[in-house]
Amino acid sequence: MLAGVLTRSILRRALGKLALTAFAAATVLAAPVQAEDLTLWSWRQEDKAAYAKFIEAFRKKHPDINVKFEAFEAANYPTVLSTALAGGTGPDIVQVRAYGTLGVGKPDYLVPLDKTMVPEFENFPASAVAAETMRSDGKLYAVPFASQTMLIIYNKDLFEKAGVTPPATWDELVAVSKTLKEKGITPFGNGTATSWQNETIVGALLSSQIGKQFEQDVLAGKADFTDPRFVGALAKLNELKEYFAPNFSGVDYAASQQFFAAGRAAMFAGGSFELANFLRQNPKLKLGMFASPVAKAGDERLVALYYDGGYAINAASKKKDAALKFLRFLGTPEFGTAFSNDLQNISPIKGVKFENPLLKEVAALNEQAMSYIMLVNFRYQEPTGSVLLQSGVQKMLAGKATPAEVGAEVTKGIGTYYAPFKK
Amino acid sequence: MRLDKRAGLSPERCFNRPGLMKTDYRSRERRRRAAWIAFLIVPPMAMMLTFVVWPLLVALSSAFYRWEGMAQGEFVGLQNFSDVLFGDHFAALTWRAFRHNLFVFFALFVVQNTAGFLLAWFIYREPFGFRFHRIAIFMPVILSTVLVGFLWKLFLDPNFGLINQLLEMIGLGGLRQPWLGQETTALPALVMANAWHWVGFPALVYLAGMQRIPREILEAAKLDGCSGWQMLTRVVWPLVAPSTTITLTLLFIGAFNWFELPYIMAGLDGSPYGSTDVLGLYFYRTAFGNQSGGLQDFGHGNALAVLMFMFIAVVATLITQYLRRREIAL
Repeated sequence: MLAGVLTRSILRRALGKLALTAFAAATVLAAPVQAEDLTLWSWRQEDKAAYAKFIEAFRKKHPDINVKFEAFEAANYPTVLSTALAGGTGPDIVQVRAYGTLGVGKPDYLVPLDKTMVPEFENFPASAVAAETMRSDGKLYAVPFASQTMLIIYNKDLFEKAGVTPPATWDELVAVSKTLKEKGITPFGNGTATSWQNETIVGALLSSQIGKQFEQDVLAGKADFTDPRFVGALAKLNELKEYFAPNFSGVDYAASQQFFAAGRAAMFAGGSFELANFLRQNPKLKLGMFASPVAKAGDERLVALYYDGGYAINAASKKKDAALKFLRFLGTPEFGTAFSNDLQNISPIKGVKFENPLLKEVAALNEQAMSYIMLVNFRYQEPTGSVLLQSGVQKMLAGKATPAEVGAEVTKGIGTYYAPFKK
Repeated sequence: MRLDKRAGLSPERCFNRPGLMKTDYRSRERRRRAAWIAFLIVPPMAMMLTFVVWPLLVALSSAFYRWEGMAQGEFVGLQNFSDVLFGDHFAALTWRAFRHNLFVFFALFVVQNTAGFLLAWFIYREPFGFRFHRIAIFMPVILSTVLVGFLWKLFLDPNFGLINQLLEMIGLGGLRQPWLGQETTALPALVMANAWHWVGFPALVYLAGMQRIPREILEAAKLDGCSGWQMLTRVVWPLVAPSTTITLTLLFIGAFNWFELPYIMAGLDGSPYGSTDVLGLYFYRTAFGNQSGGLQDFGHGNALAVLMFMFIAVVATLITQYLRRREIAL
């Protein structure tokens, strides 16, 4: 009897131990299979489906890491993000802006990166890497994701109808505009009632005349915006305004897009981001594009370029290693190609294969680019170069200021914080 | 037995008891009253404290710090206030916006309130179809500002807009303008759109005021040989003084807090080149940044907001006090 009880109790204990061991073994075996969850925050809600595809592609190589894409309304994103970062929370991976403070305020919130951590930085042009460097400490914080180009988009059918071809020089542009107007076609759909459009007009039309050298001189403190290269270009623009949309001073952004998309205007000076938009509004449009015309044949022909933003790692993240793996994936040509073709955006990664012929064309123009000067260099303190240029050019095109006055006003405004302009 | 029990609870019993019980009953009554008052007051007070006083205090305190975007920096005392009032780059914009607000206030007073008063007088006399007019005039008030702004932006479009087409139709094609694109017409155009939107409100307030005037007074005036104009200016206008107090004070607050309509019709920059920039736009742009070019600067933005609040509160109080006295004088 006693022996029976003992045996049973020993048996029970043994079974218990066995169960424990089995459980422990199962846990150990299961651990590598359990995926690590990362979160990625973005301001691009419209990209959700595309990111699901990108993440799937990433998981084929890293099944142990799962990424959750969470998007917020663009206008609220800075508030949501900076509140989270300031509170020591937020996602593991952050979509940040480019230039200045990258839209996060302070460097402490992000993990500084370099080429040993992310060798994929080699895949990017220097201007893209510079765009994700924080102004206050000169360190690199994010893997860039898209560039935008300021250029002139034209309607191929209307050009053909008027018997004109894309111009190469400024004089040719004026001649083409004149011919179009004579044939009853509005040459440019552009209007100036929406402030920021004035900056895009300058970038799209005048970059070749302003030139890379001018930008370098400004950054070296050797020139300011009263320089004849800048003021002269503005004066040229002033001569072109008669070819803009009728009553252009009262035509806002939406109306000017309509002018072009409806086939009423032959050209539009704007960003590469307009291409998809125009085709959405009017799929029959045959679009072409060209860089800003040069002052005289033989000058360097340029588009104006800037970067939208990048992906960074939150300094408060507890999964930095996994996040870094994902960031490296975001720097590969494989991702760049998927990004460009799924989102119809230009990835700056070298070796990207564009399916869309229009994007291919933009990428080709990007080979010769200067920066979109105010956004890239003078948007880090108030009054920003962008705000000054926008209202100055708007005033000039309304006939209320001369190009020289605009140059002086811009220089004075930037001079309140930019040492080389303080005299 | 039951009666006894009831009697035990009756006040007489209490009063017959020694003094201690008397006060006990009173204090219980007082406590119940206090609880009842607290029940009524505490929830709204809590709401006010949480959603009005607390944000105001936070705004006030954050105006004393330097901000890098949304990240709070070091304490700078009154620096932000002095910057926005007298500083290099801020002051010119502040005072320009302030001048525009003043213009808007006076222009709206003339256009919106006068039109409201005259419309009220028109309806008060109950012309044919006055019930329809009464509703028609008030209709725009219930529309959202976003809708009104968008609608008027379309009306004012220089190429396809209703206004220019109407001018063309009646043979005044020479007066066609890019209304929102030039500094001389942009702000007046916004004022007109605002007046169209809100004219029903002063009209309603004045109409209520007029309906409060005893009929005998108007009849007596008529018997004394008052003309229509005299009746309006000498009899009705002074008697609706309380309505003027309300409309003018609210107009003042509205004009200095003006934001939605200029934001929708002219954009955050007060296009063209700042000619429609008002304090509301300037504050928003400074605090929250402008995606197309500006930066977030909570310190200066909050300093502006605090100054605006103080200005509006003080002047609105003064206006009300003055107009109250005027009501009696009239």
